[in-house]
Amino acid sequence: MTMGIARRLALLFRVKANKALDRAEDPREVLDYSYERQVEMLAKVRRGLADVATSRKRVELQIRLARQAADRLQQQASHAVELGKDELAREALTRRSAALAQIDQLQPQADALKSEEDKLTVASQRLQEKVEAFRTRKETIKATYTAAEAQSKIGEAVSGISEEMGDVGLAMQRAEDKTAQMASRAQALDELMASGALDDASLPLGQRDDIQAALEAAKGGEATVEGQLAQLKAQIAAPQAPAQLATGEGTQQEKEA
Amino acid sequence: MIIRILGEGQYEVDDSRVDELNVLDTQLQEAVEEGDADLLGPVLAALLTAVRERGAPVAAEVLVPSELVLPAPDASLSEIRAMLSDDGLIPG
Repeated sequence: MTMGIARRLALLFRVKANKALDRAEDPREVLDYSYERQVEMLAKVRRGLADVATSRKRVELQIRLARQAADRLQQQASHAVELGKDELAREALTRRSAALAQIDQLQPQADALKSEEDKLTVASQRLQEKVEAFRTRKETIKATYTAAEAQSKIGEAVSGISEEMGDVGLAMQRAEDKTAQMASRAQALDELMASGALDDASLPLGQRDDIQAALEAAKGGEATVEGQLAQLKAQIAAPQAPAQLATGEGTQQEKEA
Repeated sequence: MIIRILGEGQYEVDDSRVDELNVLDTQLQEAVEEGDADLLGPVLAALLTAVRERGAPVAAEVLVPSELVLPAPDASLSEIRAMLSDDGLIPG
């Protein structure tokens, strides 16, 4: 190949490895130095993996809570309609829309974090195997070769493992970037949930916060809520009355709103 | 020839197959230079598939540097550019 992307990338990895090799007077010192770096890197990858898993679990918990809230609000809306309390039903359905919008936002985040977690798991297992191989090779080289003889053997082993660490390091960076992006969104959602925006509609209303208002606007909240309200009324009215009556009530609601 | 796919590991590909890969690598370079994200995805996918199909995975206990290093399947234009523009971005 000419100087394509692939060769340029390979060279960049090698430049890094050579810097490590150039540092020591006795090339055998590089072996111990590199091994220390590898052990540190493994520990770092394991911490990174734990961080990604924690973020994923947090997002999954938020999805479960939002789903519970949506189910509960649906039931409350039904009860409110039965009692003829349309305002309360409307409030419950509005909050339910917000909860469903949250789930739609969170699911792709949970999936993305799971994917990073899986990649990092594979990467850390591979690095673990390579570090083990390096440790064995290191002892063999130190026991068998003089400094002069060891040079080329060390070069290959150190370059090989250095490239592996660079690869895993890049995987770590990507996972950290994704986790950091999601951490701030998860924080915002925790605050939204704590504010009671998704809580029981029967509780006294607090101030609606901006996030929820924006979410509802984005979801086309009002139209959806009115539609759902009419639907609920139709369901409840259906056993006793003809369908026209339910439709009529729904239309009346829309005029009021 | 040893080829690494970032995030995936190393493959040993017979030298006789390298010409095919060369064509794809040239296309990849064009996609990156021209900032063509629509071209990048398919070209990168074809290149990685070619390496996986023509190559044998390098065993876990083997420590050897790669002659070629390819971006991860989902690498974006900006990620590839960042790697190429500054060796400081490659950690480890």
